[in-house]
Amino acid sequence: MKFLLVEDNIELANAVSARLQLDGHVVDHADKIDDAMAFMQTGEYDLILLDIMLPDGDGRTFLKHHRSGKNDTPVIVLTARSQVSDRISLLDLGADDYMTKPFDHEELQARCRAVLRRNAGHAQSVTELGGVTLDPVAGRLTIGARAVTLRNRELRLLELLINAPGQIFSKAKLADRLFSYDEDVSENAIEVYIGRLRKHLEPSELRITTLRGLGYRLDHG
Amino acid sequence: MDDAVNVAGSLRARLALTLIGSAAAIAILLFFVVRTYAAQIAQSGQDSILEASVASILDAATLRDGDVEVDFPYVAFSMLSTDADDRVFYAIWQEETLLSGYELLPVADAPDGGEIVHVSAIFDGAPVRVATAARILVGANTRTRVTVSVAQTQDALAGTLNKISRNVGLIGAGFFTLSVLVASWATNSTIRPLERLTHSITRRGPKDLSPVARPVPLEMAPLVTSLNSFMARLDTSLKQSEDFIAEAAHRVRTPLATVRSHAEATLQRVEREDNRQALRSMVRAIDESSRAAGQLLDHAMITFRADHLETRTLDLVELVEDLVTRLAPVAEMKDIALTVISEGAVSVEADSILLQNALRNLVENALKYAPEESEITLEVGASPRPRVEVRDEGPGFPPDQMQGLAVRFSRGDNAKDTIGSGLGLTIAQDVATAHGGELTLGNMPEGGACVTFLL
Amino acid sequence: MRYIFALMMWLCPALAQAQDWEDQNAFGPASASSTLRVLSSTDTSLFAPVIEDFLQSRSGVAVEYFVTGTAQIDEVFRAAPEDFDVVISSAMDLQLKLVNDGFSVQIANLDQPDWAQWRNSLFAFTTEPATIVINRAAFAPESVPQTRQELIAAMRARPEVFRGKVGTYDVRDSGLGYLFATQDARASETFWRLMEVMGGLDAQLYCCSGAMIDDLVAGELMVAYNVLGSYVAAREDVADMLEIVLPLDFPTIMMRTAFVSSRTEVAEEAAAFVRHLVEMQTGQQSLEAFPLPPLSATTDSTGQAVISLEPALMTYLDPLKRRTFIKEWSSAVIQ
Repeated sequence: MKFLLVEDNIELANAVSARLQLDGHVVDHADKIDDAMAFMQTGEYDLILLDIMLPDGDGRTFLKHHRSGKNDTPVIVLTARSQVSDRISLLDLGADDYMTKPFDHEELQARCRAVLRRNAGHAQSVTELGGVTLDPVAGRLTIGARAVTLRNRELRLLELLINAPGQIFSKAKLADRLFSYDEDVSENAIEVYIGRLRKHLEPSELRITTLRGLGYRLDHG
Repeated sequence: MDDAVNVAGSLRARLALTLIGSAAAIAILLFFVVRTYAAQIAQSGQDSILEASVASILDAATLRDGDVEVDFPYVAFSMLSTDADDRVFYAIWQEETLLSGYELLPVADAPDGGEIVHVSAIFDGAPVRVATAARILVGANTRTRVTVSVAQTQDALAGTLNKISRNVGLIGAGFFTLSVLVASWATNSTIRPLERLTHSITRRGPKDLSPVARPVPLEMAPLVTSLNSFMARLDTSLKQSEDFIAEAAHRVRTPLATVRSHAEATLQRVEREDNRQALRSMVRAIDESSRAAGQLLDHAMITFRADHLETRTLDLVELVEDLVTRLAPVAEMKDIALTVISEGAVSVEADSILLQNALRNLVENALKYAPEESEITLEVGASPRPRVEVRDEGPGFPPDQMQGLAVRFSRGDNAKDTIGSGLGLTIAQDVATAHGGELTLGNMPEGGACVTFLL
Repeated sequence: MRYIFALMMWLCPALAQAQDWEDQNAFGPASASSTLRVLSSTDTSLFAPVIEDFLQSRSGVAVEYFVTGTAQIDEVFRAAPEDFDVVISSAMDLQLKLVNDGFSVQIANLDQPDWAQWRNSLFAFTTEPATIVINRAAFAPESVPQTRQELIAAMRARPEVFRGKVGTYDVRDSGLGYLFATQDARASETFWRLMEVMGGLDAQLYCCSGAMIDDLVAGELMVAYNVLGSYVAAREDVADMLEIVLPLDFPTIMMRTAFVSSRTEVAEEAAAFVRHLVEMQTGQQSLEAFPLPPLSATTDSTGQAVISLEPALMTYLDPLKRRTFIKEWSSAVIQ
């Protein structure tokens, strides 16, 4: 997917961009409203992440302009404020959702998916591998003529594996992605989800291989 | 709420007292002035009759064969008849010899020319008014001086004075009564603009700091001017502190977000378990502090708004469904289903911002404790009172701590590992209380917590 | 007389010796706890019924009744006001002066019209005109004179009939006589002409009405001027012989008055006595046997009323005025 990140703090912008790129997304970064407008003129984006306090104006100004231009690219606002009234006015101005800084990337992705789902038909970042099609926004797995709707954690696990076939993921690394940091999870929980995915992938050419002591790997063919 | 004003005295009372006091003083002054004046008039009336009497007696004095004869007319005393039958005394002297009358009657020194002198005195135990005049009689070879004094008691005068006093007293009392009425009217009409101003300011919303626009009397202009300037400063100061808080939050939260993002990204690359553990702790600490800060701000805002609720009519079901939409992505991450049960719209009079905040805290709480792939039910009911019930399939509340849970910063024993400041329940309870409702905690028989938010 | 049944005794020998009373009587029980001493110019015979009636409802009260001439009353009382509780006199001027000089006390709640009281102290209880009493025989068959003028004319016409047989008060001795004379003199010059005529006829001078009536009855007098008609009317035996004439030119009407001494020690009884007197004479209590005329405000055709109770009464009591008046009167009557 292609993101436009509008954020004046370079450090944060770099960190967010790095994190998003890690998941295989493309990120353009603008550090003020003028730049953001310029990016919007030239490129097509699946989603805009918008900081609300910018050096050349309030993010709300951009939002207003964005919506008046009949542009329906969804916007998730990143705000440092936490006042409920502020959030509500943001939504009234045309933001699709908001997140309070600092934010959990997994939650950000979940919100992105939810926003994209509500704006269905716009983003079609479907992954295909070995006769298996995964639509991460809809959470749909298609093998041949058969389609299954995955649970959220199954989807996120499969998404990780299918975006990097042949790469070994340790149990701990997978757990950090699937569960929030305040959850106390055993690595056995990962095995449960791996088992479920294997069952879903049975009719296809894709296999999840267990590498004892190292982790898991998605194999093709 | 301990914001009692330090009251010292009352403008209304002071004004009324001043007016009534002045009226009383004027009435008393009026009484004495009129009474004194009337006394002078009455006295001069008596004096002139006494003068006439003295003159008629003195007129009758003649020298016959060297003897003084005073064949005074009947009318000399007849004119002294009064309603009160005042006593009459007189004395006729030739030089130092009493010719007739009362020897002991006090006599004033009168000049020879017939000019009449008046004195007040006591005679035979009664106050009397004495008129005296003298005349020189010239005979063939004698010159002699005749002095005549006529005195009269003052019973009739006193009676007249009493009557006048009573009338003047009545007039004074009437004047005073009228003044009291006028004073109370004047006081009320003077105080009324002040009451109107108070009323218009009391009726304002919590955020209305606009200057007072309606016309006020000249004397109140300085007060209203300083009130307006005070409100303007307060408004500026409020805006500044809002901006300051926003700026501060921005300054703190942005670096935190940076650190968190970096930590998360690093976590993807680092393999050593002890390094990963350190990064996890870092993320957790960041989450806890930002959440605590957020809730503290929310709580402060709620405490402020609870005194000045901005209520409007809203649909509780709509509000809950909107909330569920916002929280669905978070629930989804744990494969938790958020289900809303309702039977049509539930209309309530409430502050929507406070209500949203309270319910969001309850649902976030449930999300924290609910196991994955479970269900959280939000049931909205209208009777007997509007209520929202939040049920989860988690461990439930520890029964022995249920009473103290909503107290600020307390958290249940079984929540040691879950991030949260513990203010969520406190916020929800404060909002419920501010709307005249209550928050009750309970556990389901089949397990799981059940929080009821009653309005 | 049937009214005099009370014990008569000399209660106060010292006073009796010092004062030559015309009459002195005691009423009520000798053992009475309080004694009311009444100094009066009215004959005992006329007053006894009043006293009896007063005592009827009061046990333990006795009344001593001293009678003397009006001028003497003033003298005696001024000399010893503590010796008397009630003073009754027909000499209004002397009475008023006593009150004016502070010898009286006020009596509360005794409602008398203004003209019949002074200072709530001096109360009038009769109205009695001065009259001309005539022996009918002296005028028969001619008509009886109805005015002073007619009387003068009648006397001038027949001086031989009247010489030495006309009488009037000696104003030098009688307080009431002086009052009548001064009031007559105020009213009309006719008085002086009458006096001159009477003086020319060797007028007899009297101290009191009673003596004049006695001489009329005895035939010593043909005409008596300024006699109290009430005294004549009280004597049933003389109605055929004497005629009482109320002069039509102008009347001189006196009010008998009473007051309570300021030095009394029985103030309550004294006030009650005066009240009794007043109420009896104003119809609140009627006593037919009381021969004195009641209090009446009626004025006659000339529009003149009774002598007013006012300070002006003191005018002729002034020594200088009196000296002048007596001198004039003497030169007219005694000649």
